[in-house]
Amino acid sequence: MAGSSPKSPYLRGILDGAPFVLVVVPFAVLFGVAASEAGLPLGQVMGFSVLVIAGAAQFAALQLMQEGAPTLVILATALAVNLRMAMYSASLAPHLGGLRGWQKALVAYLLVDQSYMLSIARYEEAPEAPLGEKLAYYLGVITPVAPAWYGASLAGAVLGAAIPPAFALDFAVPITFLAMVAPMLRSLAHVAAALASVLGALALAWMPHGSGLLVAALAAMAVGAGVERQMARRRARRRVRRHGSRGARP
Amino acid sequence: MNMPASQVWTIILALALGSFLIRYSFLGLIGARRMPEWVLRHLRYTPVAVLPGLVAPLVFWPAATGGEPEPARLAAAAVTLAVGVISRNVLLAILSGGLTLYGLLWLL
Repeated sequence: MAGSSPKSPYLRGILDGAPFVLVVVPFAVLFGVAASEAGLPLGQVMGFSVLVIAGAAQFAALQLMQEGAPTLVILATALAVNLRMAMYSASLAPHLGGLRGWQKALVAYLLVDQSYMLSIARYEEAPEAPLGEKLAYYLGVITPVAPAWYGASLAGAVLGAAIPPAFALDFAVPITFLAMVAPMLRSLAHVAAALASVLGALALAWMPHGSGLLVAALAAMAVGAGVERQMARRRARRRVRRHGSRGARP
Repeated sequence: MNMPASQVWTIILALALGSFLIRYSFLGLIGARRMPEWVLRHLRYTPVAVLPGLVAPLVFWPAATGGEPEPARLAAAAVTLAVGVISRNVLLAILSGGLTLYGLLWLL
């Protein structure tokens, strides 16, 4: 895509980001509805969506708040959900690390799944593009996405207060999480980690204040990483067996 | 939820700050050495390690039924997961799960 169009990088970003409004809006509405059903006033709902701006972590915090978990457990669990963004940050650093401090702060605040995925794809296609163009594209992508997130959260919060409890909205959160997790199950290691997480959380549900989930999550991360290493080793061994007899390549 | 506003705002602000620091971490420290491979390997699995464990008790022991497993919710969860795995489409999965839940709650 890069270079094949005369459009400015900012405009290109807006066009590439626009379809993701369709993904972000229902998700944000759901958060607004679930949060206001849980009894949060409008200001707090918007505090989450504007200041935290991370859907999965917001849902996780909301769920644990309803369960009456202590503040530290809520924070640890919700931040664990956001740890993937450290990976995003590391992979954007070679491309955007040269920006000024406040520009990097802006990029960091706006770092969400959509802005990361679209931008890194473009940067890897044209790594030599000037820094200013890279920033312009990034800001372009987020231009339709972030306001959609704020606006739809607001709409959901206003709407939520009007929905009677008979609508079984208690199950909106589980369904949303399951829908988010399902496409992530793309390798044996991911499936193993998810299974370990489920079994661990159910087995450790007796632990006080939701701490069982944290233990289960740490164990599940180790399971995922361990399975990945085993798979890589097995692949390497197979490769050696196949090519080993022909002697080492230079 | 009967949580005092001060505690909710503490959670919001701490979560905002923590999320920002995670996002800023490596961008801010350009030139610092790369993350070791074993750290990256663990980070890759954080979403699948946290979210399923968070959902599992809600699916098997929903509070709305007093903690008793309930067919409509179990079926909705299974449909959501299956549609999500097959279609890789988050919205389609949410929609299918929601329709299953409401359909069964209405039927049963």
